[in-house]
Amino acid sequence: MADRNGTTIILLSGDFDKVFAAFILASASASAGQETTIFFTFWGLKAIQKGNLTGKGLMGRMIGLLNRGGLQRLNPSKFSFGGMGRWMFKKMMAAKGVTSLQELRQACLDLGVHFLACKMSMDVMEIRREDLIPEVEDVVGAATATKNAAASSVQYFI
Amino acid sequence: MAEHAADKVQDSIGQACPMPIVHMAKAMRAMAGGQVLEVQADDEGAHADIRSWCEQTGNEFLGEENAGSFFKYWVRKKA
Repeated sequence: MADRNGTTIILLSGDFDKVFAAFILASASASAGQETTIFFTFWGLKAIQKGNLTGKGLMGRMIGLLNRGGLQRLNPSKFSFGGMGRWMFKKMMAAKGVTSLQELRQACLDLGVHFLACKMSMDVMEIRREDLIPEVEDVVGAATATKNAAASSVQYFI
Repeated sequence: MAEHAADKVQDSIGQACPMPIVHMAKAMRAMAGGQVLEVQADDEGAHADIRSWCEQTGNEFLGEENAGSFFKYWVRKKA
């Protein structure tokens, strides 16, 4: 904690483009030897969900259905057009040699980026630990996120 | 600029940000101090990014060469 040389990214968004930004910044800072952590909260949890249907109660299940997680289901923040935008961006990005979200997430993991999930958001949205990919290191609260951020030299909120 | 003898060559042609850097960082981890990595890339962003990465990590940027449809960059791992 003495030397502040790390990157903490708080990912609130579950939008395709913003998750992209988070993974790109995380992989770049981990590549540069920075201890890097992504704290996935609220909509951001979608980026680390396996993609199965979630929820227990009526509203929880409704969220699980309407806001189904998994990288392959993320829609861009603009030009969503009921899935058309996602298809278009994926096509355009592939044509330009841009790595897919799946590969980018794997690159982050290979580089040792720490994935933390927000407990409170999971409770609210009725998402269980089993609904998240096993690479998620821990399920934590805001105090852990801020502790990490305080020990980092760079913080992003996306 | 003169060519540098490389211990390893990384083909990042066709890759976009941040993959040339990600692959470079991974390749360098497996190399010994003093060894030279040649990165071949055609992403314009890599031009500045490889230098920035070296500055941030303390590895040495040796130079680059225009090879026509792509660039060659040489980086020496810090001892």
